[in-house]
Amino acid sequence: MDVMPKWAEVILVPLISLILAAIISALVILAIGEDPIAAVKLMVSGALGSTYGWGYTLYYATNFMFTGLAVAVAFHARLFNIGGEGQAALGGLGVALACLYIPWPHWSLALLGAIAMAALFGAFWAAIPAYLQARRGSHIVITTIMFNFIAASLLNYILVNVLRPTGSMDPATARFPEATQLPTLHELLAPIGISFSKAAPANITLLVAVLACVLVWALIWHTRLGYELRAYGHSQSAAKYAGISPFKITMITMIISGGLAGLMAINNVMGEAERLVLNAVEGAGFIGIAVALMGRSHPFGVFIAAILFGFLYQGGAELALWTSIPRELIVVIQALVILFTGALDNMVRMPLERMFLAVRRARSPKPERKPIEPAE
Amino acid sequence: MTLMQKFLGAAAGLALTAGAAIAEPALIYDLGGKFDKSFNEAAFAGAQRWSEETGGTFREIEMQSEAQREQALRRFAESGANPVITTGFAFSSALEVVAPDYPDTTFVTIDGWVDAPNVKVIGFTEHEGSYLVGMMAAQASETGTVGFIGGMDIPLIRKFACGYAQGVKAVNPDATIIANMTGTTPAAWNDPVKGSELTKAQISQGADVVYAAAGGTGVGVLQTAADEGILSIGVDSNQNHLHPGKVLTSMLKRVDVAVYESMTAGEDLEGGVEVLNLANGGVGYAMDENNAELVTEQMQTEVDAAAASIAAGDIVVHDYASDDSCPALTF
Repeated sequence: MDVMPKWAEVILVPLISLILAAIISALVILAIGEDPIAAVKLMVSGALGSTYGWGYTLYYATNFMFTGLAVAVAFHARLFNIGGEGQAALGGLGVALACLYIPWPHWSLALLGAIAMAALFGAFWAAIPAYLQARRGSHIVITTIMFNFIAASLLNYILVNVLRPTGSMDPATARFPEATQLPTLHELLAPIGISFSKAAPANITLLVAVLACVLVWALIWHTRLGYELRAYGHSQSAAKYAGISPFKITMITMIISGGLAGLMAINNVMGEAERLVLNAVEGAGFIGIAVALMGRSHPFGVFIAAILFGFLYQGGAELALWTSIPRELIVVIQALVILFTGALDNMVRMPLERMFLAVRRARSPKPERKPIEPAE
Repeated sequence: MTLMQKFLGAAAGLALTAGAAIAEPALIYDLGGKFDKSFNEAAFAGAQRWSEETGGTFREIEMQSEAQREQALRRFAESGANPVITTGFAFSSALEVVAPDYPDTTFVTIDGWVDAPNVKVIGFTEHEGSYLVGMMAAQASETGTVGFIGGMDIPLIRKFACGYAQGVKAVNPDATIIANMTGTTPAAWNDPVKGSELTKAQISQGADVVYAAAGGTGVGVLQTAADEGILSIGVDSNQNHLHPGKVLTSMLKRVDVAVYESMTAGEDLEGGVEVLNLANGGVGYAMDENNAELVTEQMQTEVDAAAASIAAGDIVVHDYASDDSCPALTF
């Protein structure tokens, strides 16, 4: 049975972890001679104080939602997909090919086409490690992380030698045609009278990401496949005994996971840069792991955690811009959040559990045992 | 008391209007990093000189990845910085999109090419400066083999290599020039380890002078050359001091002057194209106490004569970027 009530599990544990991370970050900032309160103020005003800041926060959050969902889905089948980085990079390639070589009449069709291509490329990149795991027993953690490097090299080659327009020195594709440009939040919110910053890159992909969260929730808890996936995650041998094919589940889970990671590309490649550049993913694939850990692999948790990390990213960028706090320190702060919410989870959880147990004992001095009903 | 109040009020008012009137300039360093001892650091030096002379402050940021360029440009423009100065050709594409959105801000691209009314393009005749250091390399070489190590393989760096090769051939028509590039991506600007490996490879082929035009990668080239006892040539900034007595000279590309002048012009800076060349001191070679012993009187006389001829137009150094070919070197 649960030691803690549900609300403590989903709200209290992450919250306390965050506060601990914040305290240590503040100490670090103090140690280099800066003012932590001013730093927090700057982060908040930079990330949430204007529609421009919100635009960037939501833009980053959209990236993290996709990669977070990708990791979360795989987690449910106890598969650790740390190849989000490579899958998103390949997704970018898919989006670039779709946008550059198909003459789309309207952005809505282009969006559907790009979604299909991004998911297809990302899924393909995840399917290879999945196959190796299911058929050859190569550990998926090793193969997915190695596929990140292969993806980076592949993109290097393609951008330098194949997709770079002649005469350009920059290893990047040409700009996507006008018709493929996705509407930004500025354009989406204008008809309902909200003026949103024109410069911020948040775009319609945010809605796609929210939709993906809902679909993943439905998949995991309301379909037969989701049930099989969770059963496989809880006990492989039991799932096998129940007639669930490990090969099928590994493949399908990783294909969904890779597809979700690939979908990130419609945000950063199609929505923001409108061309494919080197290193377009910018570490979002790895942040996705932290987002999934913090969100307890639940789509709603992923949604909230993605926005938090979007805030950290945008606020951190503002800090780097307007203070002498070095950029590396922003990474330290992010790492502390990841450490406390992910790796040191039990450090917060166990004292809390003990506390709740103590409270419960204090309420009913004699822990009552339920009478065991004789099974007839 | 009332007088004091008035006085303070006036001072505060003055301070406020002053703050509003002067927009800070901003400087964005490209992927080699601010302290690459070369290209980006030259930009920083120019900005610092401006700051010391005028007491003004400037904003700056280092790029960490390719995808950040547009965001950095927008941030600075959004916050009212003017002018916004970028180093490196790679900003061209981002500027093409961002510049039209901020017509009141002047952007500066050093090495880039953007056709917009509010973008100032500053280019250098690197082939001319490289020609001069090429001459010096050939004069200093005893083996008749000299090396060139470029950063990212782009026409701009081939322009350096081609000018260098022409200078070498002008002194010694039989000289061998070994040219290598560090890579094909911007990571090649900051890979001193590979720079060092390439230097060793060139030494094993007989090179006894190497010229690095590779940003931060050049640090590794100069280090290895010094360790192995051969001469090296620095680039962009004066790098003679890095290994005194081991660096023959440095090809100066006065990025610092470009930044300094852009910041001095401030908000009044206008778009357009400016080429800094040998005649107006935009490129050249470095002489100081660190390399005084390495450069003989005769070398300096010959190089200065060539510099005068180039400035006067008597010697025309072929520009690789003009037709993507080089008469003195094949890549």
